[in-house]
This record gives sequence, C-alpha cells and structure tokens, in this order.
Amino acid sequence: MSEELFDLTLNEEQRITRENMQRFVRDSLAPAARQADDEASLDTSLVSAIHDFGLALMPVPEALGGVGLARSPLSNALACEDLGAGDMSLTLAALQPMAAVNALVDFGNEMQQEQWLPQLAAEQWCAAAIALLEPRATFEPTELHTRAIFSGDQVTLEGRKSLIAAGKECQWFIVIAATDQGAGAFIVPADTAGVTVSQEQNMGLRSAGLCTLKLDAVTVPRSHQLPNFDLQRLLGLAWIGQCALAVGCCQAILDYAIPYTKDRKAFGEPIAWRQSVAFMVADIAIELEGMRLMMWRAASRAEQGLPFYREAYLAQLQCMEKAMTIGTNGIQLFGGAGFVRDYPLEMWYRNLRSIAVLHGSLMV
Amino acid sequence: MINLELPQKLTQVQQMAQQLASGVFRPISRKYDAIEHCETPEELKPVAQMMASMGRGPKGKAGHSDEIRNGANMMGIMGVEAMCWGDVGLMLSIPGSGLGNAAVTAVGTAEQKEKYGKLYCAMAITEPGAGSDSAAISTTAELDGDEWVLNGEKIYCTGGQRCDAVVVWATLDKSLGKAAIKSFIVPRDNPGMSLVRVEDKMGLRVSDTAALSLNQCRIPRDHILGSPEIADSEEARKKAFGGVMQTFDNTRPQVAAMALGVARAALEITREIYEKEGVKADFSKLPYNASARELELYRLEADLEAARLMTLKAAWMADNGQPNSKDASMCKAKAGRMGNDVTLKCVALCGELGYSERTLLEKLARDSKIIDIFEGTQQIQQLIVARHLLGLSSKELK
Repeated sequence: MSEELFDLTLNEEQRITRENMQRFVRDSLAPAARQADDEASLDTSLVSAIHDFGLALMPVPEALGGVGLARSPLSNALACEDLGAGDMSLTLAALQPMAAVNALVDFGNEMQQEQWLPQLAAEQWCAAAIALLEPRATFEPTELHTRAIFSGDQVTLEGRKSLIAAGKECQWFIVIAATDQGAGAFIVPADTAGVTVSQEQNMGLRSAGLCTLKLDAVTVPRSHQLPNFDLQRLLGLAWIGQCALAVGCCQAILDYAIPYTKDRKAFGEPIAWRQSVAFMVADIAIELEGMRLMMWRAASRAEQGLPFYREAYLAQLQCMEKAMTIGTNGIQLFGGAGFVRDYPLEMWYRNLRSIAVLHGSLMV
Repeated sequence: MINLELPQKLTQVQQMAQQLASGVFRPISRKYDAIEHCETPEELKPVAQMMASMGRGPKGKAGHSDEIRNGANMMGIMGVEAMCWGDVGLMLSIPGSGLGNAAVTAVGTAEQKEKYGKLYCAMAITEPGAGSDSAAISTTAELDGDEWVLNGEKIYCTGGQRCDAVVVWATLDKSLGKAAIKSFIVPRDNPGMSLVRVEDKMGLRVSDTAALSLNQCRIPRDHILGSPEIADSEEARKKAFGGVMQTFDNTRPQVAAMALGVARAALEITREIYEKEGVKADFSKLPYNASARELELYRLEADLEAARLMTLKAAWMADNGQPNSKDASMCKAKAGRMGNDVTLKCVALCGELGYSERTLLEKLARDSKIIDIFEGTQQIQQLIVARHLLGLSSKELK
C-alpha cells in the first residue's frame, strides 16, 4: 500500500536518457551487432561507447570518482531495455562493471569500496564481474558447489563459475561461494594464483566474451568477503537486468517484423493481411507488454526499497518463457529468411535463449 | 514517476469489494449456480442499493492537466476484480451494473443519464446471424413520426430478463453498413419487446442470458443514444461507428478485470489446498529445480501478474485521457485467455478436489470460459490489436 499513484510516466531525466540511448542503439549498436556476433569476440570500442553513458559511475561516491547518486535499479533497468533492443550480447558485456559496482555499493563495506570502485569509475572501460552461475544442469544458487574455506585471515575458494561476460578482460571477480553461513561473496583479483579464465563458445551472446572461471585453491584475504551480501537481492536485481535485455530484444523483433510482414507478399497480398500472420504479430506485442510491465514493477519496487524478490522471480519466469516464444515466432514470421544469417532474427533467437540460463550476472 | 503499486484509495476500494465478495457472494455462490434460473437474488438487492448510494466514484475528467490520475476506470478494475473473486455471475447480476449502463454513461444525453443512468440497463447487440461481426446486425429501426419502430431478434443479452431497460443496437439502413448502426434505449416493459427465453449455460449460471424479440416495438424519438445522422463520407462513417465502439475502450479492461478475479480465486484456493498437503511453492528454488506442481503454480501466478498489470495500464490510460483502444484490447485478450488457462489448470493441479463440487475450482473453470468470449472474443481482440500495430484497415486485414 502506498500514497504514490500508479503511474507509468517516465520522469524528465529518464525520458532524455532514453532518447539518447535509443539514438545510440539505432545509429551504432544495432548496426554493429551482426558483425560482432560473427567475430565472436568482444568489440572494445562498442563496449566503451556503452560505458560512456556512465551507468557504472552513478552510484559511486564523488570522492571515489563517481557521480554520487543514489542507487537506481529502475533507471538501470530502463537502460538495459533500450540497449537490449540494440544488442543483448554487447550490452551484457559492457555492463558487467556496472553490475560489479552495484554489488560493491550494496554489499561491500567502505574500505572495500575505496579499494575497488575507483578503477571501475574511470573514463576507460574496465571490467569486473559477478560470478554466481556454475556449469551444472541442476544449478541452484542456494546449493553452490563452489566452496569457501576459512582459515585464519585467509579464505580459500575452490570451484567453477560459468557464463561470465567479458571474463577475459576482468580485473577482478565477485565470486559467490558456499560457506557454513550460506552463500558468501568474495572479491578475487584475476591475477590471483589458481585463477584460470577460459573463453567458451555458446549458442548465442557470442560477442559478450563469455568465459568459464576455474578456481583451484584460490586464496584471498578474509577482508575480501563482502559483509552485507544478500543472495536474494543479487538474484532479483540480476533477473530484472536480464529481463530488461529480453524486453528490449523482443521489442526489436516486433519493430522488425511489422514492416516486413506488410511488405512481403504471398498469394497476391501482404502476408500481414492474413490472420495467422497478423495474430502472431499481435501476440508478440501482447506478451511483450506483460513482460515489460512485470519487469518495470519489480524494478520500481526495488527502487522504492520494497520487497521485490517474488516480483523479480515471476518476471524472470515469464520472460524466459514468453521471450523465447517471441524469438521463435520472430523467425517464423520471416520464414526461411528468418533462418538465414542475412537477417538478425536467428541471432536474436540464439541470444534470447540465454534468459533461461543466466543467473546473478547483470545486477541493476 | 514509474510506480506500479496501488495507492491507498485504490486498495481501499478493493478491500471493500473483497469484503462484499467474501461476505455476500461466496456463501451463496453454489446455491445460485444450482438454481440457475431465478429473479434477481434477494441477497443482491442491498448490494445494489449500497452501490447506488456510493455512486460510480469520482469521475476521471478526460482533460489535459499534467496531473496523473488514478480515477474511475482504475477503481472499477479494483472493484470488479475483487467482486469476481467472489462470484462473477453474481457480480453481473447486481442490478445497475449492466453494460447498457456503461453505454448510457458514455454517450447518453443529460436527460438520458438522469432517467436511465440509475436503472439496470442491459445491452443487446448479438443476433442469431451476427455475433462478433456487429456491423452485420439486421434489427431495424425506422422513424415513424415521433417514434422509432424496432424490429428484430436479439440473443445472449446479459441481464435481459431482470433489467429495467435494454440498449438495443439496430440499423437505420442496412445498405449503409456500420455508419447506420445506432443504439436505442428500450424500457424492459415496452410493448413490442418480449422475452423469448433465458439460456441454460455451462457457467455464469446465475446471470440471466436472454433472447429478446422486437416486434413493432415503438419508443420515443429521444430514446436514441447519440446522433441519428448517418455519416455520408467514408471518414465520417468510420468515426460514427468508432463512437459506438468507443464504449468498449472503457469496458474491455473492466471485463479483463473479471478474469483477474476469477484467476486469483482459483490460485488462492489451490494454494490453500497445497498448503494442507505440504506443497510450499515459496520461490525458494529456481523454477526448474522446483517440483512440477510448484513450477506450474509459479507460471500461472506470473501470467496473472502480466494480465493484471496490462489491465491496470489500460484503465490508467483511460483515466488519464490517453487513447487506449489497443491497450484495452491487449489486456482483454491476455486476461481472457489467462483466466481460462489458470482456472482449468488449477482444477488439474488439485486432482479430485479440483474436479469435485466440494471446492469452487470446477465452477471457476466453467465460469472463466465466457470471459474469453463476451465483450469481444479472443480473436476479435487479436484482430483489433493487429490492425493497430500493422496500421491495416478492416478491408486489408479481414
């Protein structure tokens, strides 16, 4: 219950930011997505361009080189939505430092923030990432196989983490590992002995530089543990982030399919004139709207400091199922043209499948 | 500011309606489902008086002020949702809650609103030969001196037996198509209009669904809703029929809200049953690590949430004077299919308890089907949404 009215109006700042991002997406990001996917490697110039919007800097205190604004999961989610319409893959990679900053601001102490935030607040894009997911079909965040063993002032980490975007470029990781008191978060510099980062090839998100992180008896000081770590908050905010990417990508599919189905002729008239085609377009818009509003609600609850785990969980479930339906129907509307790589539809389809798989990465 | 939580004034409306639903509707839900055909249930008469005394809530002025409003449309959603959590058929049987009332409110003159606004007005559109294709109706209206003379057959008229008046759709000249379709207020006891039968149905049994016959039915000239002029240009024709259809931009979210209430009822009952049997569904594991029962429940709750937010959005747009025709159809399409899917799955999820008349689940599953049909079927909503998105006319996208 709240005194605030139900409202879907963007504030002035959000509106201007959206306009800028949408222009960047149209002019720069979307046109580059295909080539980046083909090359299957991180394009640092595009990643830097996304970094220039300053999302990572916002909550960093001014004294540490940031803007010093309050944390804003909602603004971040809107940004992910806009950028996701251009390319989910590059956006996921580019915003890893934002996620790492958010984790440090929310879960870290002052000393940790002073040590690790300034380099991410620099003008140059500098990567760090959260590592939660593990390479198991039955992965469950509350039953991590990566273990943290404490011994005196040290903690030793052992295990494997996967689908870490921009993993090769990361200066450090926030590794989530099981402790006797539940899941804990630990800062692990990439050059620590026993850390191996290897790039993997996946169905999609090929330009995100997705890596596996191997931790063989990796020892870091105990002071690297984030004292205020909250697994549900990480999961919830990261689901919101990836739902936002999916919403953006699905909007791109809808916007791409509308002119095509009106233009493409079969049996002497545009295919959009047929109900079987038109209804598929309508259903894309309908399910997309539901996805977007669920994601917005979870984000706005997080923004207001209300509990949001259930809302984020449901948004994630809805998005992982409906976004994939939209992805596959996007190809279907284009027929064979959707399957060939001249069009972006097959790339969007491959990228969207990741929404069911990613956890704890894009913390907004 | 983006906020999808509800302000206190809306949650209060919901709480009041919910009290009514649990205190008055639920206890008599089974009774009237079994009786099926009857006069207005006694228990609803005080409800009608109470609602009349409350009025229809403060009206959201469709203005250009910058101030955001959560007005009559959103309040309607809250009230309808909560009442339908109790019983959708009983909600539709409250005297004064007819679709005809919405039409009178939307397009009636001051005199018409004064005279008929407080009565129970049903709406008669469908005919044996015209359902979704409302432009094809063949009931005729002819001006004879100072009276309109109506002739034709109407079916599936909700409230047609118990209402005080019927808003009848008729054509002034069938050859002129949509533009010649007008609606007329016909008092229920007007000579020339007779009740043919009340339908037996799968669900929504307490609500009277009537077939009416109009035979040289004469009503005063001022009983037409809106202008009697027939638009002559293509543009004006579209506009005129659009005016008639505009009522639906406000009523479709309200009908979507019916599905929200029915679905929430089914999910709550399912959760109660599951609690007793030790199924937790507390979001403690990732969807695919949860049991099949938990996962299905999560899916249904997610789909309800999607439909709920879309419905609120469409009503919010109406409250704030934003054109919402596409959004009204989107929420009706989503909520209609969601409500049916959720209630049917809840029966399956609860096994014998769901199928038995000992719980309300099977009744909810019977009641939910009509919500995906009346006020524009699923397919009509998809058609409207698609035409909006694709910018196609009804000639192009048939």
